[in-house]
Amino acid sequence: MQILYFSWLRERVGEASEEIETQAATPADLITELKTRGGGHAMAFDDISAIRVAVDQQMVELDHPLEGAREVAFFPPMTGG
Amino acid sequence: MSVSVQIEDFDIAAEIEALTAPDQDIGAVVTFSGLVREMTDAGAIQTMELEHYPGMTERALEEIVEQARARWPLNGVRVIHRFGPLAPGDRIVLVIAASRHREAAFEAAAFLMDYLKTKAPFWKKEAGSHGAAWVDAREADDQATTRWEQT
Repeated sequence: MQILYFSWLRERVGEASEEIETQAATPADLITELKTRGGGHAMAFDDISAIRVAVDQQMVELDHPLEGAREVAFFPPMTGG
Repeated sequence: MSVSVQIEDFDIAAEIEALTAPDQDIGAVVTFSGLVREMTDAGAIQTMELEHYPGMTERALEEIVEQARARWPLNGVRVIHRFGPLAPGDRIVLVIAASRHREAAFEAAAFLMDYLKTKAPFWKKEAGSHGAAWVDAREADDQATTRWEQT
């Protein structure tokens, strides 16, 4: 599964993307797993309320099923316009 | 093509002309353009870096345009959003809504901007003499989006 990070999540993790093998059922489970990977992951995911997630480029909730997902992106609330 | 995500600047008059010239049924054109402000709460900025999520950004903007077209009788819609390094005074975003009458064009332009701010994957980082910081999402922007869900 391809994991993408944007904005300060990318800076804290230290990578824009990473390819991982996971059995996580939801983005929330995936976050729990990623936090154990060391580096900046624990700091990046420290405040879960500040994190939004897209699965295969569609915004979803943190309890959305991950079955069949190819790409999961984590980022803070959007600030375009 | 109604949606563009690009580094380059855009020409507002040329975009209006391209949208309206083929359709003489258009009686109203509302244009919104957003610029980089120099003064922020933290002080004056020198640069603003706009990051986005290639692929999802275009898809999200196209969905927002589809929703606007479903709500109002629009003859044309154009959305351009820039990314990359920008400076105070630079253009960031352009929304044009064209319709037979002004109400639909005004409302659709406001809707497009409100949705774009909270649903299109862009993130701003401002840098000045005080340092660099990611811009926080504003509660007022969430509320502006929510009001369209209640009407």
